[in-house]
Amino acid sequence: MYFMDLFIKKRIKAIQKGDQNAYADLVDLYKDKIYRLCYRMLGNPHEAEDAAQEAFIRAYIHIDTYNPEMKFSTWLYRIATNLTIDKLRKRKPDVYLDEEVGGTDGLTMQAQLPSREASPEEAVESLELQETVQQAIEQLPEKYRSVIVLKYMEDLSLQEISEILGLPVGTVKTRLHRGREALRRQLGHL
Amino acid sequence: MECPKEIVLLMHSYFDGDLQPEGEQQLKEHLRSCAACAAHFHELKKTVAFLQYAAHVAAPPSFAAKVMEAMPKERKTARLRRFLHRHPLLTAASLFFALTFGSLASSWGERGAFSVSADEHVIIRDHTVIVPKGETVKGDIVVRNGSIRIEGTVDGDVTVIHGKKYMASAGQVTGEVEEINQVFEWIWYNIKERFNRALQSIE
Ligand SMILES: [Zn+2]
Repeated sequence: MYFMDLFIKKRIKAIQKGDQNAYADLVDLYKDKIYRLCYRMLGNPHEAEDAAQEAFIRAYIHIDTYNPEMKFSTWLYRIATNLTIDKLRKRKPDVYLDEEVGGTDGLTMQAQLPSREASPEEAVESLELQETVQQAIEQLPEKYRSVIVLKYMEDLSLQEISEILGLPVGTVKTRLHRGREALRRQLGHL
Repeated sequence: MECPKEIVLLMHSYFDGDLQPEGEQQLKEHLRSCAACAAHFHELKKTVAFLQYAAHVAAPPSFAAKVMEAMPKERKTARLRRFLHRHPLLTAASLFFALTFGSLASSWGERGAFSVSADEHVIIRDHTVIVPKGETVKGDIVVRNGSIRIEGTVDGDVTVIHGKKYMASAGQVTGEVEEINQVFEWIWYNIKERFNRALQSIE
């Protein structure tokens, strides 16, 4: 843990000195987390890729405003979460329609599942479950969606979530409770 | 249902990981005797398990390379600004020297002849440099004691010292545009130029 923090600190110093290549290491380190967050928030692989890319570029441009008191991942998560919430708010109703036709790209999703050996039936089943869960998440209003994704997809502590969203821990808890209850109605009977 | 409301709250405390021993005892006892709440709790557990199961998604294989490709190319002046921003003492010291020795300040006073550093793609008329429509000037342009009118494209920075710049609506400059008409701007410009030269010699 200590070694990792030191590594990240050194990279950030190098970036602030103008070494763009040092940023590649950080992108590599956090790409899965940030992409996953965007994917779960937006529900579409293409949009998720664009959003994750934009988040990394924003972080790079504003690296001088990064406060080292905060974990770098917390800061990145904050940028990515705000970005996806922004995108959700700007979404026009007809975009939803398009997405449903285009759908969650089955092939891309399958390629991105963990590479554990699975039987074809298992693969289909797990893919279906993934999609069901994703659809349930997408039904959630954005304020519940962000806490649920940060808690269960990113496996973050309530304290970290509160820092990312700039909300008191109590509010995070309330939203988690409501989010869990809403999801229970959709997933609990499966 | 006549179950106390707090039973559901206790369930969520359990999922938040901050259920106290007394609360745990109360929840356990209630779940043993109440089928409805036991079912509710079971559904929540299942929901959480599904969510955790669905967490595995990785970025597409070429993601990192694409990000690095899309990164803004850093301009030298951006790097310089950042450098000076982080070393305010150095900036202050440079300014102090510049002012004390006054060479820059006095060089500002000598209004020299009109001059321009640009290639053959420009037209010069009455101390005004014109980048014609449809033309592209590759490289930076510095105009001293004259003005510039940009109708075409400049693929670089434009600096006007003791003069004005006019942009036609179709005019385009890919780099930074700067007008220097104040002694302070002049000093700043000189400091920047020196730093840029220093940076270039480092690189
Ligand atoms: Zn009960």
